[in-house]
Amino acid sequence: MSEGLIGTPVRRLEDAALLTGTARFVDDIELPEMLECAFVRSPHPHAAIRSINPTPALSLPGVHAVFSYADLAPLFTKNLIPPDNPGLKFAETTKAIVLAEEEVCYVGEIVAIVLADSRYIAEDALSLVDVDYEILPAVADCRDALAPDAPRAHRHAPDNIVTTFRTEFGDCHSAFGTAAHVFDLSLKQHRGSGHPIEGRGIVVQFESATKGLTVWSSTQGAHRVRNTLVDIFGLDEDRVRAATPDVGGGFGSKHIVYPEEVIVAGAALLQKCPLKWIEDRREHFLAAIQERDQYWEFEVATDEEGHLLGVRGSMIHDQGAYTLLGFNVGHNASLAVPGPYVLPNYQLDVTIAVTNKVGTIPVRGAGYPEGTFAMERAMDLIADKLGMDRAEIRRRNLITAEMIPYELPLRARDGSTTHYESGDYPLCLQKALDRAGYTQFAERQATALSEGRYIGMGLANCVKITGRGPFETGIVRIGPSGQITVHTGAMAMGQGIKTAYAQICADQFGVNPSDVRVIAGDTGTVPMGIGGFGSRQTVTAGSSIHLASIEVREKALKTAAHMLEASEQDLELKDGKINVAGVPGLSVSLSDVAKALSGAVGYARPKDVSPGLEATANFMPTGLTYGNGVHVVEVEVDIGTGGVKITRYVVVNDSGRLINPQIVEGQIIGGVAHGIGNALFEWMGYDESGQPVTTTFAEYLLPTAPVVPNIEIVHHETPSTVNPLGVKGVGEAGVIPAAPAIMSAIENALAPFNVRIAETPISPPRIIELIEAGKNGA
Amino acid sequence: MSVEQEFPELRTVILTVNGERHEIEIETRMTLADCIRHRIGKTGTHLGCEHGVCGACTVLVNGRSARSCLMLAVQANGAEIITVEGLATDGGEWHPLQQAFHEHHALQCGFCTAGILTSMVEFLGEHPDPNEEEVREALSGNICRCTGYQGIVNAVLDAAGRLRAANGGDVK
Repeated sequence: MSEGLIGTPVRRLEDAALLTGTARFVDDIELPEMLECAFVRSPHPHAAIRSINPTPALSLPGVHAVFSYADLAPLFTKNLIPPDNPGLKFAETTKAIVLAEEEVCYVGEIVAIVLADSRYIAEDALSLVDVDYEILPAVADCRDALAPDAPRAHRHAPDNIVTTFRTEFGDCHSAFGTAAHVFDLSLKQHRGSGHPIEGRGIVVQFESATKGLTVWSSTQGAHRVRNTLVDIFGLDEDRVRAATPDVGGGFGSKHIVYPEEVIVAGAALLQKCPLKWIEDRREHFLAAIQERDQYWEFEVATDEEGHLLGVRGSMIHDQGAYTLLGFNVGHNASLAVPGPYVLPNYQLDVTIAVTNKVGTIPVRGAGYPEGTFAMERAMDLIADKLGMDRAEIRRRNLITAEMIPYELPLRARDGSTTHYESGDYPLCLQKALDRAGYTQFAERQATALSEGRYIGMGLANCVKITGRGPFETGIVRIGPSGQITVHTGAMAMGQGIKTAYAQICADQFGVNPSDVRVIAGDTGTVPMGIGGFGSRQTVTAGSSIHLASIEVREKALKTAAHMLEASEQDLELKDGKINVAGVPGLSVSLSDVAKALSGAVGYARPKDVSPGLEATANFMPTGLTYGNGVHVVEVEVDIGTGGVKITRYVVVNDSGRLINPQIVEGQIIGGVAHGIGNALFEWMGYDESGQPVTTTFAEYLLPTAPVVPNIEIVHHETPSTVNPLGVKGVGEAGVIPAAPAIMSAIENALAPFNVRIAETPISPPRIIELIEAGKNGA
Repeated sequence: MSVEQEFPELRTVILTVNGERHEIEIETRMTLADCIRHRIGKTGTHLGCEHGVCGACTVLVNGRSARSCLMLAVQANGAEIITVEGLATDGGEWHPLQQAFHEHHALQCGFCTAGILTSMVEFLGEHPDPNEEEVREALSGNICRCTGYQGIVNAVLDAAGRLRAANGGDVK
């Protein structure tokens, strides 16, 4: 049996097709008689629909149909996309509808779908669909939305509130009453989008034999798509198959089921022909979910030495017009505040506000970047106000290795408390500081300043909840051909999980990972699946695949022992063959064993082995596992232009045991780049009426190669104690502490001007403003 | 209605894609990207923004990189076009850039990769011995959301070395 496949940088199995242009993404699927779709979308942030007249559009040659609410609603059991958690209580008016009936609540909301011979013709027809709108007052700013006389984002709603809740533990009242110091913070974190380079897209085939649907969607949740279509159209599961082709990135943008997916499926049921819709980038700006739109007002109490005594305050989260999933971004942000620190008392009042903008749900990080930003900004403020070193204030407050496992009285959505089960936060911090040359930096900074250069070093810590259950299926199957196949409900969207899963499986059979075929995200092969989000899939599906592989291996050895008339202890499994040790030539292949177990006549098989050389595992983690990281960043700020250059970026990350270090590093580096975008570039703008003003990549800037530095990664591996592989999730690890670490560095560079940064993103003109304000003593 | 008379205006074009000659009748408004993908069937070229910023759709037109989303297919009439499918040898041996991308983990979802490979084929042809800063500058016209560019930069530098070695150490 091969040793050491786990933990080795096996080159990715996904690459060959992607590098040679033979991969198959959703827009690469062509079906006979297929029509292409485009959507009539609201140009107004808020309007009532008086009438929709498709006649002029229908007269355009090549246009086959125009469907709006009146056409599609008879197919729906309800005009509603079910939330993540059916028990969740929140404002009825904000529930995610499929299709507008008489009111549109954000620019980009769908009013009708056009079916045509080509996308060109479908887009020609969009302006020929006459929609008579009555423009209604809109609200774009979530703070304004809470005013009693604010326009209602949904005209029949009593207010602009999805829900309010308090996240708390301890006794803040007493803590603040006796604190030596209390500091105030007021923070704004702006929204951006996931922006995978492949947008969303769907191809739907109407199956005339079953009157069902086969759906190929670029999604992070094939089973969620199937379950939603089953729910909305009242079909049974066997008549809807959802499968993912190659997916060109997700980052949260493809985490939910969107109205587009439901409407295209409904249109296929009506038109009884295959349909395709491929999102263009403008549509992604208008109608794909966004995140990180929060205002925080809070105070932090410490003792004389800077030890945290309490955090209390309030936060407004801008939900946009609809709760497409729930309100877990605001919830997660509130849970993320304590992070790796000993925080005895905490109280945050959260208001989830409704505005006339597209909905927010998790983009990579899912609230953790916002909560981490709040706490890390507080750490820098405390250090500066108390005249302490920024690393020392953190070291002083970190949960120590001796305190792990550490119980935090914070309740997660599933009601479980927060249980940090492994990790060594002070050691990770020290490793990061050592690698970045933190202690020598002050001297370098002073030298630079004497030359008129403003360099700064900043840092931030984070802890991220990962590996959320309840499970993700792993099926390992060896057919009569001898091919080893893994099926899973987990979703491959570019991370490289097929390679990681192949490594986990191949490890049990003494074969190469390339000998294992991984099929992910197809409801036709796995009955249940949850999907790719929350840094969860290697923990859940990886563990299931590991357990199923062990079971299949044991089954193979038991059967082979019977076939070879040998004792199991004398067998060895190597290169896909089972040999009797020391007896050359006495062996059976996995193919032979699979044939024996497939019920073929004439093969002997042991009676206590179940049919089929296969096993299914649904590993259920007993608890969540927590990854942690430290980022130390060095920047140089040009005080003439406000330009920020990141000159050094060090990450120490604990993702538990690494399956494939190269893939893990890729996830971290990509996450950091996303965080650099959040810190310095990505600003999704709206005017005061809710009209989007950044709808191209020329207006909304993504990080490019010249602005993302080389990221130096130091792994710190503390195996997780709550899954058999010892792994922790890593998909979001890189993004979470990036923005606060960068802001910390910029502030440090601009310390001579007393600059304090309380927002993301920060642009060069804004930095100039802050320098000027600092000079004037503001 | 007047729209009917104006569209579709059809034109026959001859495009040579990866050495194969295609004579096809297309609408004059069809982009080169859509023509390559949906008429010629080479779907390795991808569309990321359709406004010329992300670079995913980059192909080589007569040896020069071009955003196939911003170019009409009729403008490429008579041109020799190379797409990602044309980078390996006829025998299937990968281009040194493809090999280096694989080894340096220079792709994750792979959707932007085709445009980066074609852009870098042109770049290395003109700059056989670039430094890291030059590579990063050359990559600034391509957006990758997954990798943070580090693997891409390393792969391009490595491929440059392989290409120089293949040319007997000659940088030109």
